[in-house]
Amino acid sequence: MRGKTWGAVVALHLGLVAVLFALNFVLPVYHQGVLARVMVLAVYAIGYNIAFGYTGLLSLGHAMFFGAGLYGAGLMGLHFGMSALPAWLVGTGAGALLALVVGALALRTAGVSFMIVTLMFAQAVYLTILYFGDITHGDDGFVVPGVSRTLAGIDLSQQHPRYLVGWVLFSAALLFSLWLVRAPFGRVLVAIRENEERARLLGYDTGRRKLGALVISGAISAASGAAYGLLFGYVGASFAGVQYSIFALLWVLLGGAGTVLGPFVGTLFMFYLIDLATGVTDAYMLIAGVVLVGLTLFAPQGIVGEVRRRLWRDLP
Amino acid sequence: MSDVILSTKGLSKSFDGLRANHDINFALHRHEVHALIGPNGAGKTTFVSMLIGRLRPTSGVITFEGRDVTRLGAQARVQAGMAYTFQITSVFAKLSCHENVALAARRLGGDVEAEVASALSRVGLGARAGEIAGDLSYGHQRLLEIAMGLAQRPALLILDEPTQGLAESEIAGFKALIRGLATETTILLIEHNMSVVMELADRITVLNFGEVLAQGTPQEIHQSAEVQSAYLGTGGDDAEH
Repeated sequence: MRGKTWGAVVALHLGLVAVLFALNFVLPVYHQGVLARVMVLAVYAIGYNIAFGYTGLLSLGHAMFFGAGLYGAGLMGLHFGMSALPAWLVGTGAGALLALVVGALALRTAGVSFMIVTLMFAQAVYLTILYFGDITHGDDGFVVPGVSRTLAGIDLSQQHPRYLVGWVLFSAALLFSLWLVRAPFGRVLVAIRENEERARLLGYDTGRRKLGALVISGAISAASGAAYGLLFGYVGASFAGVQYSIFALLWVLLGGAGTVLGPFVGTLFMFYLIDLATGVTDAYMLIAGVVLVGLTLFAPQGIVGEVRRRLWRDLP
Repeated sequence: MSDVILSTKGLSKSFDGLRANHDINFALHRHEVHALIGPNGAGKTTFVSMLIGRLRPTSGVITFEGRDVTRLGAQARVQAGMAYTFQITSVFAKLSCHENVALAARRLGGDVEAEVASALSRVGLGARAGEIAGDLSYGHQRLLEIAMGLAQRPALLILDEPTQGLAESEIAGFKALIRGLATETTILLIEHNMSVVMELADRITVLNFGEVLAQGTPQEIHQSAEVQSAYLGTGGDDAEH
């Protein structure tokens, strides 16, 4: 890639970060709340994209990592009254550790088997949460206590701090993912996605690199889950259920798998699609469904993927 | 440093009782171009797959640079200095030529850009660095494979049927390329094109029915009655095979 195009790429990503910062001060309260949620969940999608979009690991169980972060942070607050930052770190670490263990086992399989195995592990995590109901409050979930929703004396349940913390986390994840896919490690992940046997015969230990990618992916997903619980105040088992695994896949596919901006665009698109459709009819899933079918037909590489194909070939 | 870079002792491979390779003793000398030939189904690809570590031998020992590598995985053997180009073109089809070669060069560190430019220009693809590998003609993809091999600066380069699908003009260029390489690396060439073999090889090993049939200089192989019989089906008892 020429230096000039790379400059434009960096400018585009930093531009998005700047615009999102500015929106905090101009958006009406409702949209500001939606965007805060979208940014935090887009971090989850960014994490998923590193495994699926860049390394080609189609996981159907990423909700377990999101849930590990959510519960890791929330339980620290509920049972130990931990404040926001250490609770967030515990949640993120829990996701990374879970990804390491699950990855070491699940990566012995590939393709469809990998999908099934990750799905099974995620179900096991989900059922574990329900089983230990006296600790996790099972199906009902729990409200994160106020002490854990405070960062350096700032109340994170207030709309502006909440938005800005979400923005910091999103910006960090976005720029990290931009850096990663250009770094030698990220290039090898793409090589594994494209042709693992060839990558191995170029002397790369593909097994370890896939595990590394999954741990990074799981940690970022957990960072999102932990922040989601702390910022929005509710922890519940449904966030660790299978539909949250599917959401990550859906957002990434819609936005463009294997693109840096795709996860954010996909998450934003899906949120506003449902938001607008709900305003039109009670049968909003019908409208959402038709739009999704249309996108799959006419932009199979996702929104950002289509932009890259038609307009900007060097977009990472 | 021993003169023998790679050797095998009693190397055998069976697939469910089918003997693909049997008791192969083989030695490859440093800086030689060694050709491996034999009729279709003679076990050439099985043999090199065991050398590079894609297949585990049923029995026997492989020694590379004085070290027993029989139990090592493919990536460890590549790290030890072997490089392999695939018989069926196996480039990263969606990535640029530049990135394909850069992936090969980057593992070694050093000046990746210079290494990529040099490898691509040696195979004559210097002007196509920015093109997507999958858009190249088949012959050019074969050359890209070789560039990926070169960029790894291997001590031993294994080329599995490199001229398959190349045009006559490209084959001439390929011969010149290999002659230039012979001074810096050792080359094991699996090849069907006899003019390429006869012109390039210092020594030739002939496999037939999974066993070594003959070994020698091109001259000796050319005159061997056994080889003639295996290839042409004449003169031997097994003419009807």
